[in-house]
Amino acid sequence: MRDVTYLRPKTLKDAVQLYGTTPGCRPLAGGTDLMVMLHAGTLRPAARAVLDLWSLPELKGVRRAHGLLEIGAAESYTGIIRSRDAQEHVPALVAAARTIGAAQIQNRGTLGGNLANASPAGDTLPVLLAYDAVVVTDRRAIPIEQFFPGYRRTALQPDELIVSVRIPFGRQVAFRKVGTRAAQAISKVVMAVSRHPARIAIGSVAEVPLRARRAEAALDRNDVEGALAAVRQDIRPIDDVRSTAAYRHAVSQNVLRELLA
Amino acid sequence: MTVRFTLNGVPVSIESSGSRRLLDVLREDLGKTGTKEGCGEGECGACSVLIDGDVVDSCLVAVGQVEGRNVLTVEGLAAPNGELSRLQQAFIEYGAAQCGICTPGMLLAAHVLLQRTTRPSVDSVREGLAGNLCRCTGYTKIIEAVLSCVT
Repeated sequence: MRDVTYLRPKTLKDAVQLYGTTPGCRPLAGGTDLMVMLHAGTLRPAARAVLDLWSLPELKGVRRAHGLLEIGAAESYTGIIRSRDAQEHVPALVAAARTIGAAQIQNRGTLGGNLANASPAGDTLPVLLAYDAVVVTDRRAIPIEQFFPGYRRTALQPDELIVSVRIPFGRQVAFRKVGTRAAQAISKVVMAVSRHPARIAIGSVAEVPLRARRAEAALDRNDVEGALAAVRQDIRPIDDVRSTAAYRHAVSQNVLRELLA
Repeated sequence: MTVRFTLNGVPVSIESSGSRRLLDVLREDLGKTGTKEGCGEGECGACSVLIDGDVVDSCLVAVGQVEGRNVLTVEGLAAPNGELSRLQQAFIEYGAAQCGICTPGMLLAAHVLLQRTTRPSVDSVREGLAGNLCRCTGYTKIIEAVLSCVT
């Protein structure tokens, strides 16, 4: 592995400045994705530096503020799972966090990382879509539904850092993940559903985590059977190493039925 | 860069690129070969260590990230005079080690579990060890060994 410069800013301000001025720089938090790719040499473009955000105080913590929950981009899943505020106000996010890896990964994985990595299988991403979360960066607030423009791409500018995620209170969201086993599994289908307002968000069924808009429209009319039929048109699953398109279609319908019951 | 941290209770200082894996620094620079490399991608838990008491995969940690922190590897579980911990002794008594590759990580994940949970159930032991894969599939004996340490 070519030597990669390690940068550890002490403040968010320093981090933003370094990120904007260091060529080939990749933000690093818990390392659950980046360290694997760094070591395997599979990052494209190759990283010349990593910017360690893990210990930045501005990126930590779970706090209530003005009718919403604000979660630091570098807060660990364990921190979210243990937060009483998260348990009370965003239980579907806690449920999703509990399905991610096991203790080792939950102690290091972060919402900021899940968002920046933008995997279609990212387990928190449908939950954030169902809650209408907002991604707060060093310069603006991005509605989650605008955050994933394409396969593994985000709405972030090249020098923009995620600071926190804001989730409004007061929405009932149901969550279900289907993988090969209960722990350490990558999703075949992962879904989060809210009845009022109608939100049906699904991962691992397209190139991005998506909202099933036709199904949501049917649900808005209280047409559950219509929603179950429409979800087939909303998703674009493929055959890959983890599952098949046919299986993902069937499971998406079954899980939606279960979550709407 | 110079990275200073506490390893098994002893202050250490190493010269290394901060982006190297903690796993490699432990094994190659510090001779702590009890920490094993399994998958190298955070799936198997063979390289588990504790950082400030939390179990993590050392293949996913950049060594610069442990500056100022407390790292515990399997070498630090026994008493300084070499006397094994109750958990380590239980692994021997229950035959919980077969090939041994997963054993250090299992011990550290179980150590945390026993510290943090007063009376862990079978299910919570299974959940606590879910990030540690045993290629010999010797899970039953491992779980029995951990449960035998519940007081």
